[in-house]
Amino acid sequence: MTVPDNLLYTKDHEWAKLEGDKATIGITDFAQHSLGDITFIDLPKPGAQVKQSAWCATVESVKAASDVYAPLSGEVLKANAELTSHPELVNKSAYEAGWFAVIKIADLEEKKTLMNPVQYKEYIQGLSK
Amino acid sequence: MDENSALAETPLVNNHRKLTAKLAPFGGWLMPIQYSGIIEEHNWVRKNAGLFDICHMGEFIIQADLTKSNLGNLVTVNLEGMPFNSCRYGFMLNEQGGIIDDLLVYRIGNSEWMIVVNAATTGRDFAHLKKHLTGIRLLENVSQSLGKLDLQGPLAAEVLAALTGPGIKGLRYYTFDYFSVLGEEIIISRTGYTGELGYELYMPNNKIPELWEKLLSDRRVKPIGLGARDTLRLEMGYSLYGQDIDEKTTPLEAGLGYFIDWDKEFIGKSSLLKQKQNGVGRRMICFIADSRRSPRYNYRITYQGKDVGAVTSGSFSPSLGLGIGMGYAGCEIPSGEEITLCENSIVINAKTTRKPFYKNGSAKLGEIK
Repeated sequence: MTVPDNLLYTKDHEWAKLEGDKATIGITDFAQHSLGDITFIDLPKPGAQVKQSAWCATVESVKAASDVYAPLSGEVLKANAELTSHPELVNKSAYEAGWFAVIKIADLEEKKTLMNPVQYKEYIQGLSK
Repeated sequence: MDENSALAETPLVNNHRKLTAKLAPFGGWLMPIQYSGIIEEHNWVRKNAGLFDICHMGEFIIQADLTKSNLGNLVTVNLEGMPFNSCRYGFMLNEQGGIIDDLLVYRIGNSEWMIVVNAATTGRDFAHLKKHLTGIRLLENVSQSLGKLDLQGPLAAEVLAALTGPGIKGLRYYTFDYFSVLGEEIIISRTGYTGELGYELYMPNNKIPELWEKLLSDRRVKPIGLGARDTLRLEMGYSLYGQDIDEKTTPLEAGLGYFIDWDKEFIGKSSLLKQKQNGVGRRMICFIADSRRSPRYNYRITYQGKDVGAVTSGSFSPSLGLGIGMGYAGCEIPSGEEITLCENSIVINAKTTRKPFYKNGSAKLGEIK
């Protein structure tokens, strides 16, 4: 399970890549692996406000539909339109081509509640025991 | 304690672990859900040949003289009329016509049959037979010692011929015969649950791992989990017991009336006849979503602005690239009608359709070269 060094993580297996006051968000390699083949993604629309730990997207796999929660609060600037026709990009490339959205961060303080890569690695190791 | 420790295991559980399959409980058994991925496995069966561990299912051997026994009344299948070496799909019903189980009957001899039933219901079915049967010579539950592997896909005959000889290619749809495999005389039937050309192989449990390895050593064969088994059967519109049908649903409601032999007596027949006369209160419908978004179990079905029922099976269809499903509607809805499937904020637009969803299956292929 890959856990890139330059991202922050939630316990619900979302990631955030912070660049200034913007963050690109998505779900982790661990999440895509547990979900299996992803078949559909319902993304937040640009302009929408998302709230930390609240619903921001739905991911469907062959077996089930799962909610994705926003790692940070803010306004959605862009959503990854490629995922509409190619949701499998999340399976193939959870941290690059499979990004979900870019948000304008409302409160930078919120990043303190996220896990760093070392903490997240420990966290998922604990889960697979 | 391991939460899976109370589950039964097939003779192949270590083979699945070696293949790093995802294992999960199903019908009281620890079963492989997927190996490489549900969609890849699904497509492999549609194009090549897939191997399924189906050792969890139950098998009963029954011997009886039908003139002296009530055996014929216990199932909807015409036991007397079915040819030797043929298979028939049917039901065990309760007095109300509700489905105790759906099953496959094999005519072994003049007065001998094998009945193959679902895993979760094996114990209950056996108890039901034991309680109601009179005048039989033998009723034996051989599920503990008899295993089953399904080989399914357009290349299945070619693959199997390497083990059994070319005689397997002469086996017609819904018939079976005995073949010599790994030193055992085993029953192989041309049946399955995928819509593809395929076979079910009944092998003693102690030889199941050897048969599994032998079949997998053919590069045209890949192991397939229950995840893909579910999407394959749903694309054919086949019912799954415990989900689409159960003791509270009748074969008529489930749209499976054509499997009933009305010329014979069976438990539940008078209830079904009444239902036939008065009309069914709800009927199984099939639907295709207008996008990849897929209906799920228990989503509500809305038709012409009214809530008419609920989804019993729903999934993404790898062959169609769209969401598909089945469910019961309390009113008649013709094919091609627009309906919606919803749960909370999710609203899926769909159209009713006729089964099968996937129409290019190789199951009923006539001559096999």
